[in-house]
Parts: sequence; C-alpha cells; structure tokens
Amino acid sequence: MKKLINSVDNVEQEMILGMVKAYPGYVKKLDCGNVVVRAKKKEDKVALISGGGSGHEPAHGGYVGEGMLDCAVAGTVFTSPTPDQIYEGIKAIATDKGVLMVVKNYTGDVMNFEMAAEMAQADGIPVEYVVTNDDVAVKDSLYTTGRRGVAGTVFVHKIAGAKAESGADLKEVHRVAQKVVDNVRTMGMALTPCTVPAAGKPGFTLKDDEMEIGIGIHGEPGIHREKVKPADEIAEMLLDKILADIDYSGKEVAVMINGSGGTPLMELYIINNKVNDYLKEKGIKIYKTYVGNYMTSIEMAGFSITLLRLDKEIKELLDAKANTPAFKE
Amino acid sequence: MTDSKKITSIIKEIGNVIQKEKDFLTELDSFIGDADHGINMARGFKEVEKKLPGLEDKDVGTILKTVGMTLVSTVGGASGPLYGTAFMKAGMAIGAKNDIDGDDFITALNAAVEGIKMRGKSHEGEKTMLDALIPALNTIKKVYEENKDFKAALEQGIKAAEEGVEYTKTIIATKGRASYLGERSIGHQDPGATSSYLMLKAICSII
Repeated sequence: MKKLINSVDNVEQEMILGMVKAYPGYVKKLDCGNVVVRAKKKEDKVALISGGGSGHEPAHGGYVGEGMLDCAVAGTVFTSPTPDQIYEGIKAIATDKGVLMVVKNYTGDVMNFEMAAEMAQADGIPVEYVVTNDDVAVKDSLYTTGRRGVAGTVFVHKIAGAKAESGADLKEVHRVAQKVVDNVRTMGMALTPCTVPAAGKPGFTLKDDEMEIGIGIHGEPGIHREKVKPADEIAEMLLDKILADIDYSGKEVAVMINGSGGTPLMELYIINNKVNDYLKEKGIKIYKTYVGNYMTSIEMAGFSITLLRLDKEIKELLDAKANTPAFKE
Repeated sequence: MTDSKKITSIIKEIGNVIQKEKDFLTELDSFIGDADHGINMARGFKEVEKKLPGLEDKDVGTILKTVGMTLVSTVGGASGPLYGTAFMKAGMAIGAKNDIDGDDFITALNAAVEGIKMRGKSHEGEKTMLDALIPALNTIKKVYEENKDFKAALEQGIKAAEEGVEYTKTIIATKGRASYLGERSIGHQDPGATSSYLMLKAICSII
C-alpha cells in the first residue's frame, strides 16, 4: 500500500482537520469527533445533515455551506459514522424548524442515523430523513436491502439544501428531498480497485484488461465483469441501464459525470462527450452538466453517470445559490 | 454461576478472540461485504477493554450496557448498532444483579436476539448473525430446561451456532450489503454469524 498518510488510525481526523484549515470561512469541526458544521450557524431554517464513511471526498464535508448542508459526519473509511457522533451533529445544527437527515441506503448508515434520530427526538428535536437509493446496478426488491445510495445523493444535498435555505418548513424540505430521490438514477463502473487504509490491500482485484460494471462506491461488486471497451461503448452501456429504469423520454435532465477518485478529468470529459450525444439522440434534453469528482471511492479508477429528471421546481432549486467548498452555483 | 468480575473477564476474552480473528472476519467480509467486519469489531472491543477495569465492581446490567454503548459509539457500520443494541438490551434485561445464573443468561441472550431483530428489521434465514444466535438460543433453552446444566447447555448451543454458520453458506443473503450479490452470496459464510459464534465460544471457554 502506497498512500500519503501518517498512520492508518489518523486518516479521517487529519483529513477533516486539513479540510477545515483549507476552508475556515466555510466550515469548522466540532470537538466531539469528525463532525463538520458551517462556520456560522444559520438559524430559522431546516438544518440538513448528511454523512457516511470517509473515502468519498469531497463528500460529505465539502458540501457543507450556504445552500447545501449544515453538517456532515464522517465515519472511518467506508464505515458509517456512529450514532453519538451524528447526534452531536444534530444538536449543533438544530433549529426550531427541525432537522432533515440525508442518508445513503446502506444497512449500517440507516441504522446509525436512525439511532441518532431517536436520541435527538427524545430531546424534542424534530427529525425527519430521506434515504437515497439511486444506484440502478443493484436490484430493488424484497430480497435485497434495496438499491445503494451513490453519487445522486449530491443532487439531494443541492436541491433539498436550496429548499431549506429558502426558509421552507421540514415537511416541504422533506418532500423536495424525496422528489429528488424518486427522480435520480446512477450507474457506475471501475477500472481499478481501491485500498481501505486500515485493510492495507485492495478490496477486490481486476485483471489489467478487465472492468467491473455496476460497481458500488465502496468497491462492492457490480453486475458483471468484462474486458475493457472503448469509452463510448461503456458510456452507452451505463446509460442504457439508467434509461431502462425510469422514463426519461421528452424530459429535461441534469447530468453528473462523477469520477471515482483515480480517473483524470480528461477521461471524464471523453465520457461526457458521448453521454451528451447519446442523450440528444434519445430526445432527452440536457439542462445542466456537472463533470468532476463529487462522490469518490478513495483512489478507485472509474466513474458513474447520474441523471436527474427535472421539473420546474427542481430546476429552480438546482439554479439557486450554493456556496460550499466543493460545490458552487 | 457468574459474578461481575467473571463477566468482565468473559468480555475481555470475547475481545481477545475478536482481535485474534480480526483478519479472518475481514477476509470473510471481503467475499460478500465491504471487507471491514474484523477491523471494525476489533476497534470496538479495544475500546471496550479499556473500560473493563473500571467496571469490575459494577452490577452485570451496567457492565453489559456500557459494553453496548461503547460498541455503538466505536464500531460503526451495521455491526456497531446491532451488537451494541444486543449488549444494551441484554444489560437492561438483567438489571442490577451482581450474580447471574443460567436462567438470567438465557433471559439476556433472548433480549439480545430480540434487540438485533428489532434494530436490523430481520429474522432467521437471511444470512445474518441471527442464523447463529437463534439456533444457539433455542438449543441452550431446551438443554438447560432438560437438565439444568448450564455449561452443557452452552456447549450444545455453540454446536448449534456452528451449524448455523455452516447453514449461512447455503443461503442467499437478503439483508445487508451481501444481499446485492444475490445468488453469488451462496457458498460464503456470513461474517456476522461467524463473529456471533466466536463470541459464544469465548463465553463458554470462561464459564
């Protein structure tokens, strides 16, 4: 394992400290753990909290700021934060209007956030939550835990964040967040695996000429493995799966080409070139495109495509001001 | 049967076993999960171990509740809330006793299992820790009722848990990250069922 770290036990804390030192005007760290809140608390709005394991930078701390999150809680790499940390975050940001939690659909994340919500509710803090599950690579059925929450979560932060910033009540912010969850879909792939520092070796292996289609953001296995193909064919393959999941015909969409951490922007732009053309061919209008590293998997090489189906309300909220370390509008 | 000092030594032994089997549990998790079960459990029990010296003069309920809270706040993932809830519920079920007998142990294990079911919204046959714990609980109950020999009941229970772990190899996961693999999860034993089995075995080695 070759990484720019000091000790596997300090990766998360040193990362958070470094981030806070880079953006002191935006964020600060709570003393209780790896919990990041806005540098200046904003009252009279629904407070938004999200988080998850570390290793997805700039998620989630990078999205704390005006128009997006009020707090992000970082667990150890690829492991959900614990209820006591989340609870401290909720207490720090809670306003009279209540708190909305944005949770990615993983068994651990959901349980830890639920426990934290129970603790906060016992204090009289109104807490609601949405669970993001945009990954079309895995089956959503009674026989699985449901689809995974991946890069589409960033759109939930952006749009629910804008709604909360406007002063809307908890019910309204929750409704909008759920609307984004219902309309966003993602599919990803990987060229190379990633190594969790504490594990010291890659979570899976891929041969030099192989790729994994449908990979999760923690390197979880996807749908299948095959030989690497030209970028255009891969883009089509992922898009076909997304387009088959919900009806995008005649709709406007926001597109996110998300890098997994080890993929150069050069390659992401090559992918976007095809995605743009292919969607046009299908009669789907692109309203806005985002290309970059939004929800990474440490140093994994790969990417995901996210399509968000838009309506007037979501478009306006997408266009609203956001000013955070990793997302500006 | 067992007093507070012995309970802390049992917890310590569970910690030792988890540290010893850390890499094995992580490897099992790498096949069907996200390769961190051993790492997370080891981190949690390391913190538990630090608290044990201060707990020896406390009642059994308090000890178990403290272990549970510590696991919840240090393990993370799914195992943290599940094992944390299990120990907390066990502690609540036992309450402020300084000595516990076989009936108390069964009451505690039963509460732990119910806690895991509640927190994980799960039941037997989903390739989880419950597939080791429920057969163990049922066997311990049955054998203990028959002859009131707790050690013998626990030994039988461990066998049932081991068979439960073997059983998890044959079924599809429908809970947790392993569920995404569908049929590809067949052939692999569940890491959570395995750690549950190892914990029961550690308990038996001290009692």
